[in-house]
Amino acid sequence: MSVNYGSHRTVVGAHYGMRDWLSQRVTAVILALFTLVVIGHLIFVKGPIGYELWAGIFATQWMKVLTFVVIVSMLVHVWVGMRNIFMDYVKPYAFRFVMHVFAIVWLVGCTGWAIQVLWRL
Amino acid sequence: MSESAASTAKKRPEFRNIDFPSLLGYRWPLASLASGMHRVSGAIMFFLMPFIIWMFDTSISSEISFLKFKAAFNVGMLGLPGFMWKLVALGLIWAALHHFIAGLRHLWMDTHHEHVTKDFGRQTAAIVIALTLTLTAVLGAKLFGLY
Repeated sequence: MSVNYGSHRTVVGAHYGMRDWLSQRVTAVILALFTLVVIGHLIFVKGPIGYELWAGIFATQWMKVLTFVVIVSMLVHVWVGMRNIFMDYVKPYAFRFVMHVFAIVWLVGCTGWAIQVLWRL
Repeated sequence: MSESAASTAKKRPEFRNIDFPSLLGYRWPLASLASGMHRVSGAIMFFLMPFIIWMFDTSISSEISFLKFKAAFNVGMLGLPGFMWKLVALGLIWAALHHFIAGLRHLWMDTHHEHVTKDFGRQTAAIVIALTLTLTAVLGAKLFGLY
């Protein structure tokens, strides 16, 4: 029988606990660093920010790879966050299930769109 | 068990299940306000994600789409005037700033348990909320062309 209290309690399992908690934190750090990189590009520029400069930020291969990692990180991060919100506030289980399915469809769709935009540049 | 003990136990409020209506009945000290707004800002960005990717798409794909991107905010789009889209953008600016700054606070608290006290929670929450609103005002003024 699994122990559900104390220091030996079960905190891992299918889509539960430590793994989600940690992946949300790790992806948060990735998203924060990316935000600082983009803001850093923009903040040290003099004059108006036009298309050339904006698109130029994402033109290099390393920035494309980083942005790709960020888009996938966002998928994971937002899934864990929205799942937490739904688990806390949406009580009828049937409706919660529908919201979970909606969130997955919504996020996978958005992720695909964002990746398409990124790699056709 | 005595009768008085039973009646005292009865009077205690129980919070076994948080649900949406009970949120409205809470006291909202600063630390819980910052935390609640972290969730709200995250949910806002979740629901506006197609708009965020649309902005990424049109602003970056070509010179022509870049003009379309700018026109949405200066002229309007989908029957809504430009300032309405600027208001949506302003909402996103607040959400992103709050989520970012409050997120740093949460990451700090996750890794530095020894610093976490009631006072630390209240003070840093006040800093998060104030800093977010200040930066939102600065960027919002720029967005609406005040400087």
